[in-house]
Amino acid sequence: MTDLITPITMPKFGLAMTEGKITSWNIPSGAQVEAGQEIADIETTKITNGYESPASGTLRRQIATEGETLPVGALLGVLAEPAVSDADIDAFIAKFQADFSSDSAADTQADHAEPIMVSVGDLTLRVQEAGQGDATPVLFIHGFGGDLGNWMLNQNALSTDRRTVSFDLPGHGGSSKNVGDGTPAGFAATTAALLDKLEITSVHVVGHSLGGAIALELAKTCPQKVASLSLIAPAGLGQGINMDFIDGFISADRRKTLELVLNYLVHDKTLISRKMVEDIIRFKRLDGALQGLQTIAKACFPNGRQAEDLRPVLTSFAGPAQIIWGEADEIISPNDARNLPDTIPVTLLPQTGHMPQLEKAADVNAALIKLAK
Amino acid sequence: MSKKSFRQAINEALRQEMQRDPRVILMGEDIAGGQGGSAGVVDAWGGVLGVTKGLYTEFGAERVFDTPISEASYIGAAVGAAATGLRPVAELMFVDFVGCCLDQIMNQAAKFRYMFGGKARTPLVIRAMYGAGFNAAAQHSQALYPLFTHIPGLKVVVPSSPYEAKGLLIEAIRDDDPVIFLENKVMYDDEEEVPDEPYSIPFGEANLTREGDDVTIVAFGRMVNFANEAADRLEKDGISCTVIDPRTTSPLDSATILECVEDTGRLVIVDESSPRCNMATDVAALVAEQAFDALKAPIRQVVPPHTPVPFATVLEKLYLPDAARIESAVRSVMAYKKAKQDA
Repeated sequence: MTDLITPITMPKFGLAMTEGKITSWNIPSGAQVEAGQEIADIETTKITNGYESPASGTLRRQIATEGETLPVGALLGVLAEPAVSDADIDAFIAKFQADFSSDSAADTQADHAEPIMVSVGDLTLRVQEAGQGDATPVLFIHGFGGDLGNWMLNQNALSTDRRTVSFDLPGHGGSSKNVGDGTPAGFAATTAALLDKLEITSVHVVGHSLGGAIALELAKTCPQKVASLSLIAPAGLGQGINMDFIDGFISADRRKTLELVLNYLVHDKTLISRKMVEDIIRFKRLDGALQGLQTIAKACFPNGRQAEDLRPVLTSFAGPAQIIWGEADEIISPNDARNLPDTIPVTLLPQTGHMPQLEKAADVNAALIKLAK
Repeated sequence: MSKKSFRQAINEALRQEMQRDPRVILMGEDIAGGQGGSAGVVDAWGGVLGVTKGLYTEFGAERVFDTPISEASYIGAAVGAAATGLRPVAELMFVDFVGCCLDQIMNQAAKFRYMFGGKARTPLVIRAMYGAGFNAAAQHSQALYPLFTHIPGLKVVVPSSPYEAKGLLIEAIRDDDPVIFLENKVMYDDEEEVPDEPYSIPFGEANLTREGDDVTIVAFGRMVNFANEAADRLEKDGISCTVIDPRTTSPLDSATILECVEDTGRLVIVDESSPRCNMATDVAALVAEQAFDALKAPIRQVVPPHTPVPFATVLEKLYLPDAARIESAVRSVMAYKKAKQDA
């Protein structure tokens, strides 16, 4: 009867995740659940996320206890129909646990690809590569103050049949802190140089926020490199920008004040974990990080408005393009996606803030995969 | 980013600041490995516990040098070097040796800026090991940060982890005032993720390592780890604690301490220095004076007895605060509220 039993295992939210803590079960043992229903909250070193049930059925067992930290793939619970006997479930659990302990060591080794440092001109960029295959590669460009970790819930999903690359922009994460003139055009030039260095000639470009403007600049200067454009809450299509976020991100140096600023990023404020706030504070303490952010803010958002209008680049782009936006975005208004040609589909996600790739990872991944086909 | 020990984090901070600023020099006993003597092996030691190892080889005898076993002379020399344009980092080995050079620190370095009308700067760092638990007996185990905290004109840093140590030491070297940087010798092999790049952590800004509603625990240096351990255990029983690591005892982030006590209403202070006139009494006085109305229970101090640090292992273990003692202090302040309500 094992085919009627579905194991619920510790998910892998992103490439670097090796373990997670089950902070709470959202449904009691014995309850009926639907596929896609959030059954537990799982906390990683980066974020806390609701975990959606992989199938429908009755939650017959909660194996993991609240507060317990377990490796990726470990058994959290068991779903099955009421007809399945307790003895069968016990046998299933025993077999799973025996197999898991012998496999887990090898698995975590294989998946745990560390970012590499790549020299591009005078700069050193931190680059996370994943996947292999013949399909056109995918490049992820994060936004202001972000890093390659912003794609933790997306890069794996796109890596099943192709090479994927995410990286820290200059001034961000583990990359050199020299941001040059801090303009999207400057970052696009660095991005193009990185693609050359990685010997990637054509790539599906996914850009988030300021990374969207960089993707557009890349499409303007190197159209031959850009197979498609997926712009998530992009800059460059309008003038408005929440300067309370930009200024606050730069000036807030305490956890309490920064957390309030980061709340602008998401609709579900509980996503902003202690660890996320702490990581950003630590990033800002790095030599040169703060000056880099200031240079970028000044170049991209002078006088509290977006400096550059990249709409013409998008409307004249020859390849396929799409826009993905959270309806509840508090940083850049989704209204900026209006009045675009019908050939550019716009996915508006309800109850979603400025980071749909984290808040609605499954929807965003589906849209990205569709365009990259 | 990779895992680094407390020792490596300090070494990396020194190395990166020496690379960045040619005025940064190191001096101390055995930090270069006895190259001053005829039979010495170059870079053999890196200080008694190996913290400066490799720096002599990288920066040479002009910037990393061994001194005579005379604290009065080389700490005095370091103070003079700082006042005349270098940025020396002098290693005092065990902080217990400060008795030999207290005038140089207390009456000279700490006073220059004030007595010369703000015209003199003394960008000096004195690194020293402190703390019990190493079986090093009464003359090599003291936690003397309250002694320095008492002296206006000194900044005093007590880092609690490798990440903290690197950022705070870089800040100390860049600071224009004399800074006493105290390293708990039991922590040198502690490891955690530490960025490869240079970064600095500002002084006088406490770090909250846990945030909770019931009890505020203020702990210093190595005691922060014990406080975290206690807080995690208590959390399982539904008692949630805020743990404050002040990072620096001078300046002290009193605003954060008061704010947290106002939120929780209960305070436990963990300090491994001798109990009279230590940081625990200082913080207790601060809170009693400025947040009295917020307190729901008496302030509890988890501190050693007023005695020299014992050499015998069993006694040393009894001497030092640990997670179990912190846990029971927290439970006692929680229980206090209950007793009052029942009455």
